[in-house]
Amino acid sequence: MAHTDANANGHTKHEHHPALQHHFHSMAQQLEASVLGMWVFLVTEVMFFGGLFMAYILYRNLYPAAWLAGSHELNELLGGVNTVVLIVSSLTMALAVRAAQVGSRIGQIVNLILTIIFGTIFLVVKYFEYAAKFEHHLVPGAHFDPTRDPAQQLYFSLYFMMTGIHALHMVVGIAVLLIMLRKAWKGHFSAEYFAPVEVSGLYWHFVDIVWIFLFPLLYLIGKHH
Amino acid sequence: MSHISSKGLYYTIFLSLIALTVITVVIARVDLGAMNTPIALAVAGVKATLVILFFMGVKYNTPLTKVVAASGFVWLIILFGMTMGDYLTRAWLGFPGR
Repeated sequence: MAHTDANANGHTKHEHHPALQHHFHSMAQQLEASVLGMWVFLVTEVMFFGGLFMAYILYRNLYPAAWLAGSHELNELLGGVNTVVLIVSSLTMALAVRAAQVGSRIGQIVNLILTIIFGTIFLVVKYFEYAAKFEHHLVPGAHFDPTRDPAQQLYFSLYFMMTGIHALHMVVGIAVLLIMLRKAWKGHFSAEYFAPVEVSGLYWHFVDIVWIFLFPLLYLIGKHH
Repeated sequence: MSHISSKGLYYTIFLSLIALTVITVVIARVDLGAMNTPIALAVAGVKATLVILFFMGVKYNTPLTKVVAASGFVWLIILFGMTMGDYLTRAWLGFPGR
């Protein structure tokens, strides 16, 4: 941090980076606190998704045949493509944070735009997958294919809940990244101050991790049968 | 936290994640009996660890942040372990194989 810079915020006694809040000693400490706070939030997110994974484990153990039959209805290719799309988006997200760290405005803008595009591709693919499930009467409820074991509705309930909440997190993530893109465009971030990009990145990577577990658990079970 | 990873590291992690994805898809086609799911979860666990340590940079965070990040997964194990420990030891649910 530059102690000698003139400061427009009226802090004449303690000259510091304009983005430094008064209750922090330094930009490094402020960033550390932001990252820690984001992780506390992500732990609550782990527990939030954890409840759904718990239901998945329990009912898969109770109704293994329904799980195999349900999984056979998912499109492995689309699921796999989306896995790769999300991993690519995590790479561009990491590169966006790095660009902020080294003070590259254009690097932030390009990588944030790429991340947003890949996130959107994921959601578009997800839309086509969901549409196919509606067409094939695989949505739990009154219109569920009556020739199927009713226990398969449990599998599809969890499929829609887990992927649906995951997709909702993607939508929120894209909204957050659009805000970051706007700030990056205006040159808000620098090598000294990039905590918002860093913390948004943590969220984005977390959503990627959830999918890393959803893909094998929903799409790939029983592929060897 | 002022650690800046090289682009090369990020590309390496990216390629590892893609390779592990291919491995998951291939292994899912081989009949390993009861081991299919544990292996799939192990591969997913390695992928998640790579993302957490390098993309999220936890490797370079303070010990406090590391403990907090790990705590979420510790509680997850308690949730899964105790719940399934309960359900699997009950005779009346009719779990296959018991």
